[in-house]
Amino acid sequence: MKLTKTLMATTALTVTAVAAHAQDMADSMTLVSWGGAYQKSQVNAYAIPYQEMHEGLEVVWDESSNEAVAKLRAMDEAGNVTWDVVDVVASDAMRLCDEGLAMEIDPDEHLAPAPDGTSAEDDFGDLLVSDCFIPQIVYSTTFGYRTDMVPEGVDAPDDICDVWDTETYPGKRSLEKRPINNMEWALLCDGVAKDEVYDVLATEEGQQQALDKLDEIKDDVIWWSAGADTPQLLADGEVFMGSTYNGRLFSVIEEQDQPVAMMWDAQVFDLDGWIIPEGLPDDRLARALDFIYFATDTQRLADQAKYISYGPARASSAPLVGQHAELGIEMAPHMPTDPENAKNTFLYNYEFWADYRDDIDAKFQAWLAQ
Amino acid sequence: MPQKEFINGDKMSDTTDTGPVLAADGRPLKRSLNRALRRQKLRALGLIAPLLIFVLVTFIAPIADMLFRSVENQIVSNTLPGTVQQLETWDATSGEAPGEAVYEALYYDLFLASEAKEHTRLGTRLNYEETGISSLFRSSGRKVDDVGEDYIDALEDLNEAWEDEAFWYSLMSGGEDAAKNSGLLDEERERLSGLTGDDYSADIGFVPGQDISQLLPNTARAYSSFALFTVIEDEDVVAEEEPWEAVKIALVQDIKRGADMSGYEGFGAEELRAAQDMLQGQPDIAFKEAFLDIDEDWGATDNWRTMQVYSPPFTAGYFLNAIDMQNGLDGPEARPENQQIYIMLFKRTLFMSLVIMGSCILLAYPVSYLLSNLPMRSANLLMILVLLPFWTSLLVRTSAWKVMLQQQGVINDTLVWLGLVDDASRLVMINNQFGTIVAMTHILLPFMILPMYSVMSTIPPSYVRAARSLGATNWTSFWRVYFPQSVPGIGAGSILVFILAIGYYITPEIVGGTTGTFISNRIAYHISSSLNWGLAAALGSILLAAVLILYWAYDKIVGIDNVKLG
Repeated sequence: MKLTKTLMATTALTVTAVAAHAQDMADSMTLVSWGGAYQKSQVNAYAIPYQEMHEGLEVVWDESSNEAVAKLRAMDEAGNVTWDVVDVVASDAMRLCDEGLAMEIDPDEHLAPAPDGTSAEDDFGDLLVSDCFIPQIVYSTTFGYRTDMVPEGVDAPDDICDVWDTETYPGKRSLEKRPINNMEWALLCDGVAKDEVYDVLATEEGQQQALDKLDEIKDDVIWWSAGADTPQLLADGEVFMGSTYNGRLFSVIEEQDQPVAMMWDAQVFDLDGWIIPEGLPDDRLARALDFIYFATDTQRLADQAKYISYGPARASSAPLVGQHAELGIEMAPHMPTDPENAKNTFLYNYEFWADYRDDIDAKFQAWLAQ
Repeated sequence: MPQKEFINGDKMSDTTDTGPVLAADGRPLKRSLNRALRRQKLRALGLIAPLLIFVLVTFIAPIADMLFRSVENQIVSNTLPGTVQQLETWDATSGEAPGEAVYEALYYDLFLASEAKEHTRLGTRLNYEETGISSLFRSSGRKVDDVGEDYIDALEDLNEAWEDEAFWYSLMSGGEDAAKNSGLLDEERERLSGLTGDDYSADIGFVPGQDISQLLPNTARAYSSFALFTVIEDEDVVAEEEPWEAVKIALVQDIKRGADMSGYEGFGAEELRAAQDMLQGQPDIAFKEAFLDIDEDWGATDNWRTMQVYSPPFTAGYFLNAIDMQNGLDGPEARPENQQIYIMLFKRTLFMSLVIMGSCILLAYPVSYLLSNLPMRSANLLMILVLLPFWTSLLVRTSAWKVMLQQQGVINDTLVWLGLVDDASRLVMINNQFGTIVAMTHILLPFMILPMYSVMSTIPPSYVRAARSLGATNWTSFWRVYFPQSVPGIGAGSILVFILAIGYYITPEIVGGTTGTFISNRIAYHISSSLNWGLAAALGSILLAAVLILYWAYDKIVGIDNVKLG
């Protein structure tokens, strides 16, 4: 009798607690992402399961991640931030943090621990590159090439310096219209050791050296500015090889069956993840934090890899990566972090580019326009 | 203009009669006429008021605000007010880093700024001018708490009261009945709202005491900003929070500077004297050394020079940058050659806009001529063909040109199939100036055809017929009779196309490659990627000024009255 009473009392308490908790959270949420296949993977892996758990929750997607920093700054100045959770690359997260536009996150308080009890801070490890950044995936910028355009009797390109070898591999290249990554690759192929690249690039002479190296292939380059450009140029046969995000190449190769292959050499790792804008009202903040806690746990990050070939940011998610949801192929070999692909990799140096971005970009653009 | 004539008539009658002409109600006619006119003007103003207000609020004001950023530079003096003041006397050409006083001021400024998380913002701002300042501020913000920690430890070892929040509160407020120094608090309110942009006018339950702020001026100042920040940003109670390290450092400095304790009998007098005895034997806090320990770049004169040059609230720096110059040691100087880009882009934008305008005129003139001379029914059909692309999305049309012009595209394929071009040497028609000119000419063509057509359709065909019947050849009758009448249409179309072309952004971005991009692409880059809004505003202002000057020149040469849209 007493037991039933206690049980009932506890149940009642729990119910009221849950109800009170739910009341505190806003019943709509605006998520910002990149659109395309990437956003679709987030809808499938995070938003739909989350909405199933919270009936009546409305999720609005905004495809503005590309100019998220500028828009958040404008929203902040207007005093009306309409976004709740924003997907940005790590360097943008750092800038938002620097500008005071993103909220600082305490990983152990705001993020779920791994199933084996490892704290979130240890589980994400080095990938927590900014106080405001909640890592989600590891992606890489790497090269894809047309297999049918490799000249006969020549091995397929497997070295970053093959980009410069227009004699062996004739045809145009597509490179991103910004210095980041291109300058590093140029120095690597100009004989600079991998761990000295940024030291060299910090000097006037080093920057000139990289531009001189890029000068060798300048006439053979089509410069891209949107991530979809290189896949399109490869599919049209406009270029022989081009750099882009590895997930885009995956979809060209596996989903669209184009005669394209990956060249993983000297791929540059970068991170993408969430930030929460600073200064949200309490109910929306509670909702955003609740969503983040759910969407960045070990299982959810592994689920996303079913839809797109980006590596989950948690160490504990890696073993859970399975097969592609529609194609049914194993996803692990397509991950940039797969040991076979990651023989020679490069990590985007956030600190360096935060400092040198403006300076080197001015030189790079002047060089491009010459 | 009947009213005008009436006024003239009124004047004439003024001279003939002796008294003023009166209206029917006995008032002077001039005045009642003016009244009627004024009422009319007000009514006209009332009618356009909704549009005028709408345009002012949604268009003119935001643009003015954005353009104002091209000279605005308050962030430096708001974030580092003390440092900026101390830095005034420093000679940048001396080749030596500034003295101890600057570093001490920097300590207090940076400490407050990093509590308010504004230091990184300033770092980003200054990094546009001097590479490396961004990370200098970011890393120093984290470590500035540690400066002088030995002194704080010594103070707290001496007496635990220095760790006690209630003791500090009583010491600084000087007790309930003491005379207060609200002037100091107001100064700090102003400073903090300048720093953070928030409102600091609320009551915080603390006002520094008059005596203590005379005895320990720096400490009272530091404690006041701590108190304001604690209550308004952190929403805590002052008396329940231990003061920042910066407050304690300020106390150490005040005491070491020889604060005269002999006359002080207020709260905490005993503790203060004990602290004075203890501190007197110790060496001074070495702020400069501490900062150089945090990061040796604090010793770099270039960084300090940048801070000095950019300390005034307004700067010409963005405009200098926009014309490939920079603030050098002896005033403005040209940027290094490998960074010069904007002048070249301005020239290119103007030149290509002119080319696009010219090719639009060449293509649009025959089409408009045909349209205005065909029977109504076929003219309408052709008109729809002109307007159809006009109604299609800009992106679709631009992408279509990509498909047409690229090396594996429709035109090249056709040429190769016809055998006119070798497969190995397909024409490069896109990602260069040619691509931009072709795509933009196509996109802007309707803006040329429409005004031309509407002007040409008003030219009576009888004029040309009359010229012919008087013996003019076809060419003479066209050139001497028809063409001069169609010039207003060309003028209107040219202005429209040129002004639209000069600000084009999406099309050059997609088909322009590196040689076919415009200045607007760099403006967009600085707005959305580099976040250097000041530079973007300066570039935009120059572009706007260029358009206005060209418009003015056009008015002087051709006359704006000669422009007809219909």
